[in-house]
Amino acid sequence: MLRNYSLILISLFSFLLYACEGSKTAEQEEKGPALPVADIDNGGIQLSDGFGAMVVADTLGIAGHIVLDDEGDLYVKLRRTKNEEGIIALRDSDGDGKMDIQQGFGNYNGTGIDIHENYLYASTDVAIHRYKLAPGELLPDTSSMETLISGFPDQGQHASKTFVFDDNNNIYVNVGAPSNACQEKMRQVGSPGLDPCPQLEYQAGIWRFNANEAGQTQKENGYKYATGIRNAMALDWNHSSNGLFALQHGRDDLHRLAEELYTEKDNSVLPGEEFFQIDQDDDFGWPYCYFDQFKGEKFLNPEYGGDRERQGRCEGIKKPIFGFPGHLAPNDLIFYQGDQFPSKYKNGAFIAFHGSWNRAPEPQGGYFVVFLPMDASGKITGEWEIFAEGFPQVETVESPRDAVYRPVGLAEGPDGSLYISDSRKGRIWRIMYYGSKEV
Amino acid sequence: MRIFGIFLVLGIIWISCTEEKQAKPDQTQSPKTEVKKEEPKEVDPRVVEGEDNYKKHCMTCHMKDGYGVPNLNPPLAETEWVNGNKDTLISIVLEGRTGEMEVNGEVYNGVMIPHNHLSDQEIATILTYVRASFGNKSSPIMEEEVASVRAQI
Repeated sequence: MLRNYSLILISLFSFLLYACEGSKTAEQEEKGPALPVADIDNGGIQLSDGFGAMVVADTLGIAGHIVLDDEGDLYVKLRRTKNEEGIIALRDSDGDGKMDIQQGFGNYNGTGIDIHENYLYASTDVAIHRYKLAPGELLPDTSSMETLISGFPDQGQHASKTFVFDDNNNIYVNVGAPSNACQEKMRQVGSPGLDPCPQLEYQAGIWRFNANEAGQTQKENGYKYATGIRNAMALDWNHSSNGLFALQHGRDDLHRLAEELYTEKDNSVLPGEEFFQIDQDDDFGWPYCYFDQFKGEKFLNPEYGGDRERQGRCEGIKKPIFGFPGHLAPNDLIFYQGDQFPSKYKNGAFIAFHGSWNRAPEPQGGYFVVFLPMDASGKITGEWEIFAEGFPQVETVESPRDAVYRPVGLAEGPDGSLYISDSRKGRIWRIMYYGSKEV
Repeated sequence: MRIFGIFLVLGIIWISCTEEKQAKPDQTQSPKTEVKKEEPKEVDPRVVEGEDNYKKHCMTCHMKDGYGVPNLNPPLAETEWVNGNKDTLISIVLEGRTGEMEVNGEVYNGVMIPHNHLSDQEIATILTYVRASFGNKSSPIMEEEVASVRAQI
């Protein structure tokens, strides 16, 4: 009898030990350098099957975009400085996955951060700076900071200067529109749209610059690479198809500004959040046009004579490659290049949706990270799926404040792990794959 | 004895396993008020009217719970902007306000459009509702007070 009890207890014991270990599997043992063990609760989020997450850093502040260097050091841009630090550099010194060294510098607000040829680039809302990184050193020599580009318009709305590099020493910078739909009187019912919209001259598009020349200004050195884009915080260069992609924050308030045409329900899903494949000199139609993802067409905005049916000047405007539901706020995009995840993820797009505010009285939506399968040529090859969710920690988000965490930035680590940043508290998750590769 | 030992080890593992799962109390939540049996309060009809007008003109940005949108639209709950000087509050509704604004230590940067197209009565009822809701307990605002600020603008 005693022996039987012991057996049961030993089994229980082993089970608990196993449960404590998280989702580590036998297969992992065969695969060379083992991944760190995921947190038992995946850091409070839910993931696609086979994936696990660990919180590598927490409570950093209001985080924006993130990037990792080839050694796995992580750099986080803070949208708002905390303790007079706007960039947080993090390192895992003992290989357990947790970032145990944390150092800050760069006393300025801003969202964009990236690494290009051993330089760390970071943006304010009106400029882009860079620092030379030294091999093995976590912090750059901050006295080496140079201002690459300045002179972007100082604006309140859609001010984040997110950016990306191509393979030919060019940097592409998002310059958002300082309005909802370029009305004469901002966001006011009955106020017509300005035509032509003067904001298109230096805003509402993507500007290209030399990635290695300090002292540039938008007016002197910038090339308007694409226009008619309201705000493309989420942008990435697709290195396999060799082209630029971006997602737009679509316009707000179709119901409030044109209630005779759009119900509250209509407004909660329209317009589509557009995913653009961008060629040089493209025009995507803002502020004149919006995309109806149900009809798959662009229509005139009500401020420009739209009645839900009229296409007018929007008829020939380049369409997105996909339209997500409205107001979800795509804040970052990366194309997965690694080999850690199963092959279906290779070349596909991960998109961080920050979550909506403009869907009331309907519940808010978004607040998740999406995966969209794509091939090496940049073509969509399947349906989009929610890859990581549960960030708000509540079932229904009535008001954005209810959300405890909101995804804002994405980066791929040198081993193919996916990192996600949060704008509410500054939590950083590392997503790893533990399942079978044959999916 | 052996069984006891195993139980002890099991217990320790179990505690260390579940420790992380335990939710920390959320200090931002106000303590739950006890339900008391009270005579039903008479609801001020101006507050009811104000709530309807709030839903129509304000809720999109300031939300049903009056707490706004982080980083974007400031809260109307527990702030001096709402519960303090009435004239300042009325003038923000009439004239709007754009740009950075700090409320209770958080920075907001959104666009509040002017609402001078609303009548004195609509604005008065909205502000009466707002000052009596979301935990606010401030005095009502009268039509005449709105009219007086409007005349000065």
